[in-house]
Amino acid sequence: MSWKLDKNRPIAVQIGEILCARIAAGEYPPLSKLPSVRTIAVEAGVNPNTVQKAIEVLVEKGVIDSVLGSGSYVKEDISPAKEMLRERISDKTRTYLEDMKMLGMNEKETYEYIGRLIK
Amino acid sequence: MSDLLQCIDLTKTYGQITALNNLNFTLGSGKIIGLLGPNGSGKTTLIKIINGLLTPTSGKVLIEGKEPGVETKKIVAYLPDRNFLGKSPTVDKLVKLFVDFYEDFRPELAYEMIDKLQIPRNSQLKTLSKGNKEKVCLILVMSRNAKLYVLDEPIAGVDPATRDYIISTIINNYNPDSSVIISTHLISDIEPVLNDVVFIKNGNVVLHNTVDEIREEHGMSVDELFREVFKW
Repeated sequence: MSWKLDKNRPIAVQIGEILCARIAAGEYPPLSKLPSVRTIAVEAGVNPNTVQKAIEVLVEKGVIDSVLGSGSYVKEDISPAKEMLRERISDKTRTYLEDMKMLGMNEKETYEYIGRLIK
Repeated sequence: MSDLLQCIDLTKTYGQITALNNLNFTLGSGKIIGLLGPNGSGKTTLIKIINGLLTPTSGKVLIEGKEPGVETKKIVAYLPDRNFLGKSPTVDKLVKLFVDFYEDFRPELAYEMIDKLQIPRNSQLKTLSKGNKEKVCLILVMSRNAKLYVLDEPIAGVDPATRDYIISTIINNYNPDSSVIISTHLISDIEPVLNDVVFIKNGNVVLHNTVDEIREEHGMSVDELFREVFKW
């Protein structure tokens, strides 16, 4: 997952989601160190303050630990990271189902189609 | 501690024309601010007053509590909206000029960026393309270790890849003690790096908010909001 940002949603929220997604996907494994705020800012092309804000939210939500003078570390338990993505996942899924409806697929057909794709 | 920049009831008239009309805003440290407004809204007038090139008709500007002058020029790095460096000096000469002029200038940083963008050090400014001239000017300004950077249209003439490089330079150079004011029309390119935006219309601040709050409140990008606020 790259730092693809949607222009219409708050950037800090999106940075937080991308970090959670990377944690959930194992790209940043449990107990590993996250890249520095500046590294993330430069890579994503966003303001360091915005990254800092995203990091603070993740600390608050129990996704990562912040160690003064050292950096941020992924917690051993990654369920908070997954929890943070839940709303986004359900939004995306709902949008997908609406799109399928517009394409004339009923729920059963959509379900079967997904089943076939996943195999 | 006083704010880094304060504009208090700032008014500037040119004869019959009012460029700035009782403008007020303050700015702290550690921010990257977009100064946005349509042509003729007063952006460059404001920037010139901050840099002491124009004096206000009434009201005042304070930089760390001081009115623009010799002391404030030591801490403000200014990129004008036109070439300010003459034609014949070479890039190398200009770096040396800046070393002589500014105590806070970091020549090693300037050379690093000049080399990275493959601008020959011994070329005269007039032999460079418009975009390369702009890059040299911006590099020189950003290589100062200033408190306040004021960039008037810094990325207008450069290609998108260089724009990205310049933006990453601004981010890399970021430090919590300094702030950057960027005036530009290329909002969508620059908005991810901004904390705050200030919209100016007819010499007045019509909106001063953080980028994320704008996105949250209006559900649109700063670029889209600009088009809406300033629709003809």
